[in-house]
Amino acid sequence: MKNLKPHTRRNLITFIGLAVVWIVVTVLRGQGVLGRSASGLLVPICCYVVMALSLNLTVGIMGELSLGHAGFMGIGAFTGIIVSQSLMRAVPSVPLRLIAAMLVGAVFAGIFGFLIGIPVLRLRGDYLAIVTLAFGEIIKELITCLLVGVDEHGLHIIFNYKGLKGVEDLHLSETGQVIIKGAQGATGTQPIATFNAGMILIFLTLFIILNVIYSRTGRAIMAIRDNRIAAESVGIEITRHKMIAFVMSAAMAGAAGALYGLNYSNLVAAKFDFNTSILVLVFVVLGGLGNMRGSIIAAVLLYVLPEALRSMHDYRMLIYAVVLIAVMLATNSPIAQSFFARFRFGRKGGDEE
Amino acid sequence: MSEQKKRPATKMVPVQTHAIVPDRDADKSPILECHHLGIDFGGLTAVNDFNLMIGRTEIAGLIGPNGAGKTTVFNMLTKVYQPTRGVILIDGHDTSKMSTAQVSRMGIARTFQNIRLFKEMSVADNVLVGLHHEMDYRLPSAILRLPDFWRGERIARERALELLSIFDMQDMADAKAGSLPYGAQRRLEIVRALATNPSLLLLDEPAAGMNPSETSDLMDNIVKIRDLFHIAIMLIEHDMNLVMGICEGICVLNFGEVIAKGSPDEIKQNPVVIEAYLGKKDKKEAQ
Ligand SMILES: Nc1ncnc2c1ncn2[C@@H]1O[C@H](COP(=O)(O)OP(=O)(O)OP(=O)(O)O)[C@@H](O)[C@H]1O
Ligand SMILES: [Mg+2]
Repeated sequence: MKNLKPHTRRNLITFIGLAVVWIVVTVLRGQGVLGRSASGLLVPICCYVVMALSLNLTVGIMGELSLGHAGFMGIGAFTGIIVSQSLMRAVPSVPLRLIAAMLVGAVFAGIFGFLIGIPVLRLRGDYLAIVTLAFGEIIKELITCLLVGVDEHGLHIIFNYKGLKGVEDLHLSETGQVIIKGAQGATGTQPIATFNAGMILIFLTLFIILNVIYSRTGRAIMAIRDNRIAAESVGIEITRHKMIAFVMSAAMAGAAGALYGLNYSNLVAAKFDFNTSILVLVFVVLGGLGNMRGSIIAAVLLYVLPEALRSMHDYRMLIYAVVLIAVMLATNSPIAQSFFARFRFGRKGGDEE
Repeated sequence: MSEQKKRPATKMVPVQTHAIVPDRDADKSPILECHHLGIDFGGLTAVNDFNLMIGRTEIAGLIGPNGAGKTTVFNMLTKVYQPTRGVILIDGHDTSKMSTAQVSRMGIARTFQNIRLFKEMSVADNVLVGLHHEMDYRLPSAILRLPDFWRGERIARERALELLSIFDMQDMADAKAGSLPYGAQRRLEIVRALATNPSLLLLDEPAAGMNPSETSDLMDNIVKIRDLFHIAIMLIEHDMNLVMGICEGICVLNFGEVIAKGSPDEIKQNPVVIEAYLGKKDKKEAQ
């Protein structure tokens, strides 16, 4: 380990840590130590970890604010649900269907990321924040207008923007099944998401992000973040590299969304609102911009915390706020940093990411 | 991008032409030509009717008082600003439709008066960004860490260290660029520019903030770079010892207009230049 480059060692430790957590949780579940409610949190935690990692690619590595990351998650969730439900008969294998759902969710979210990116990423300034904010809200409303059902003739989709149509208008046959019922969201979904799938998705996301960061593409993206004019002056195409980062970020959020959507039998689009986008942004900022390990830790802790505090009722959000402030102080104060630096394995300090 | 022919990688083989031959480039086409170049900012004409030719291996100087428009010329050459009038030809190619990135790939590299490094990245990574187009592996190879990724990265890193060694900076490769002392940051900017394999290097006040011994090292290194890479260099500089010491041709700007062009000796004796530029400085020094 000693002769590895610092970042390689650091990343290796992150992967080993993840693997240890995976094994420990699996063993605990096998012995029935984890209760039902704790087990129920595992898949959403994985999804939010992937959300935080992918948003960190946009905010930390590309250096642009995105306020609609939940929108990509929503696209992934509902396309994932449609894929999984409509392939029910054709593909009986649950893992295969889950993979197909996540792939299609990622592709659709990536396409939307690309479409948003075309006009916005060529502009200078904080336009991405504004446009993604609007996008997140709009996509939520659009999904609310969807009526989707499936029967042996294939998918039936109505875009019910006037709100006048109902499920009957889908004209499904006897054996048909409604997948998305407008404002009621997806109902009767077969929940096929698993913790193992979640962990694999985290590994894959982290692997891809880190391998991109430590490559010519990643350096180009970070160079644009650090100094746009200088990056251009050495021949880096700005829009193209921003697009790569943004589309990857959107696609990963889509995959996380598909997994999330397939964890519940009922899901409404309102879940993917501005609050969710901000929640993920808080994970990223508190975990440290560009710091992937920090994103993972922040996402896990800050997602579990409010759930763990549920018994405290009214004081819940108060404690949550205090913890946020404490974490913020801890990650930013030099004293706390030097204190934590002592616990870092084999690092001489100072070579901060 | 792909229609532009890939220039062969420069080899770091020293050549013997330490003696400066002013007309050695005469029979070759100039690397840079500017015809009637001009730019307005709102009502203000910052540069007007700027004409210039630079030979293949020339070291040229662009001087003039503060606010004369020197940096603006560099910004037009690199398309950071779009010229209002005139033509820029790089190696005979019109750049009017090109972006900054495309001009870089045509062979112009530059440094900045107010240093613009990738501060959060390491010294080596700054140079590696300059080597971006020298690496030819694609993103999927990087994600899957295929052999061509490793090969490309290894060669690029060796090249980066080799370039850093021009300024004896190879030992700082893993330091954060923003943490370097001022002079080293200026030198790193030059190395990063060289990494793009340019045929014309533009240096905007490379000696600013350097002490006399650093400046004299820099002078040697600028000449060394020209001789190693066979490239043309144009520099903006207020340090007259440096300009008169290494520039073969000098162009003097004042209020956006070229007031004189010539060899160092001609410029030193030109009364208009003395009046506009050197004279003021002498007066200041005499006080
Ligand atoms: N983007 C801009 N918008 C408006 N005016 C500008 C802009 N850039 C430069 N100028 C003006 O153009 C003129 C020339 O500026 P420039 O920076 O080229 O001078 P310079 O010769 O490099 O001076 P110095 O020696 O101080 O670096 C100045 O009057 C400046 O205010
Ligand atoms: Mg200037």
